[in-house]
Amino acid sequence: MRISYREAMRMALHDALASDPRVFLMGEDVGKYGGSYAVSKGFLDEFGPERIRDTPLSELAFVGAGIGAALGGMRPIVEVMTVNFSLLALDAIVNSAALYRHMSAGQFHVPLVIRMATGAGRQLAAQHSHSLENWYAHVPGLTVVAPATIDDARGMLAAALAEPDPVIVFEHVMLYNVEGELGDAWREADLRSARVMKSGRDVTLIAWGGTVGKAIEAAEALAADGIDAEVVDLRVLRPLDDATYVASVRRTHRAVVVDEGWRSGSLAAEVMARIMEQAFYDLDAPVARVCSEEVPIPYAKHLEDAALPQPAKIVAAVRRMLGGAAGASR
Amino acid sequence: MSENIDNGETALALLRDMLRIRRFEERCAELYGESKIRGFLHLYIGEEAVAVGAVRALGPDDAIVATYREHGHALVRGVSANAIMAEMYGRREGCCRGRGGSMHLFDAATRFYGGNAIVGGGLPIAVGLALADRLQGRAGVTAAFFGEGAVAEGAFHESMNLAALWRLPVAFFCENNFYAMGTALARSESQTDLCAKAAAFGMPATKVDGMDVMAVHEAAREAVRQVRGGGPVFVEFQTYRYRAHSMFDPDLYRDRAEIEAWKKRGPIHNLSNRLKALGKLTEAQFLALDAEATKEVEAAVAFAEAGSLEPIEDLALDVVAGRKR
Repeated sequence: MRISYREAMRMALHDALASDPRVFLMGEDVGKYGGSYAVSKGFLDEFGPERIRDTPLSELAFVGAGIGAALGGMRPIVEVMTVNFSLLALDAIVNSAALYRHMSAGQFHVPLVIRMATGAGRQLAAQHSHSLENWYAHVPGLTVVAPATIDDARGMLAAALAEPDPVIVFEHVMLYNVEGELGDAWREADLRSARVMKSGRDVTLIAWGGTVGKAIEAAEALAADGIDAEVVDLRVLRPLDDATYVASVRRTHRAVVVDEGWRSGSLAAEVMARIMEQAFYDLDAPVARVCSEEVPIPYAKHLEDAALPQPAKIVAAVRRMLGGAAGASR
Repeated sequence: MSENIDNGETALALLRDMLRIRRFEERCAELYGESKIRGFLHLYIGEEAVAVGAVRALGPDDAIVATYREHGHALVRGVSANAIMAEMYGRREGCCRGRGGSMHLFDAATRFYGGNAIVGGGLPIAVGLALADRLQGRAGVTAAFFGEGAVAEGAFHESMNLAALWRLPVAFFCENNFYAMGTALARSESQTDLCAKAAAFGMPATKVDGMDVMAVHEAAREAVRQVRGGGPVFVEFQTYRYRAHSMFDPDLYRDRAEIEAWKKRGPIHNLSNRLKALGKLTEAQFLALDAEATKEVEAAVAFAEAGSLEPIEDLALDVVAGRKR
């Protein structure tokens, strides 16, 4: 079945609401408006206003209320319009959701799912376009995931709802309209493992969320030059599945990390450090990364494009790594 | 009020709880001086009537969200003095196995949801607990305790609005001790009438003498009655802390005369004197209650002293379920 990422996410939400009376959806414009990215269109009529709750523009209160409702036995799904807006709820997420199990020595836990849009590409400018996944991936107590494929959009939500602790689901805004084939793999979606999307011998491209497609495009371009790139989709940003990407790097001996976040203090930096710690002697070249330029994401299309990781930049990074002869040595 | 105090049994129970908190807190201050308790320690001495009168208005299925000045609330709620003291000692026998300390007491058995040291941080959580009760058809009330300092936080306004908008069963219990750390209410709020803030959300609001435990109890019972099956209510309890904000606070911002004036209205002698005047309490009975409180505290100290340390190997437990990092 060929469906869009939006449709896959919508099916996942629908399943969750239909199968578990503890599940409810809460956020800005999730009801009457149908969801700012139209993911929950029609849900208000089907599930009613108690379970599809439009909230005021009070990120701190409604994310915090999600925490309280989770503590009280519900399985809330809270939608935050963008990761930029989630900063208004950072206190609730970092100072409460992530800490209650620990501070209470396991007496309380917070089975809360927070969905938020992330990333650039729609010319929404600096206050709607950032990628701050690494902020959340820094925090013990949180699980952070970034479904990049149709199968994961369809399958990861159920896995997130099965977690007894808070899970943040990052949905890249450029993925909603992407279409693909929904197979059966979504039924096995977990929140622990990275996935090799395409195998290759010469270099490992490590990406997640909105950059997975760009890494695959880059791998296709490199293939034309005879460079065989492997692509790993991290899928889960905390806890990182070191085993999968480190094993890949041990096979290819080279790695480029592609991260839409800014370079300084990035998740890319963390992945690179772990490769260095665990596979230093397997490397044939220093690990490289392609991140966003260190500017607020600008509005104008050509500037926005220039600020972000692009397939051409990934290809260039790989070529630099392999030397001017573009893989001829292999 | 007089008809209420005529119920000598209730009044004595409230007096007993206030004494338990007072002796517990005084002992904590000593133990801090002996370095047995470390970190931040915020004492509730002077404010006992609020926790006692309000917590005693709740039923066993109701929930409590409290602040970092919450030893008294936990104690009255039924968390044992042993478990609280051991927690402050950082011992494994503490209610949170030494993970939380003074500011983060939690107890699932009594629906005591912390111990939140972010000012206003508990308020959205209280709204959510109330929402969960509502969605699951339970008649529970969530009592949210917070200081007047919290009304400056966005979390307060957002939570008041959400609770009022959705008519959720939250009792907003504001403990107004007039100082947010060292900043007096009038120096931080353009509107110092806190009930006026509740009015902005169309929420019923009452101002209560928080030094009078009978008045607190009566107001809290009325608030809980209104909240249960109804919508949220705001109650401002005007109270005063005798001690500094925390053990690190030199208390340079208050007049000695002001402190002494409030002490004259102290909740414990306020009630005991009235009970004695009514012939419902003798000095001997008072001393017996006091001795009982001291005994409970000393037993808690002994329990904490004899406690053990959480093994370092368990450091990473309870970060997420079933996983160690």
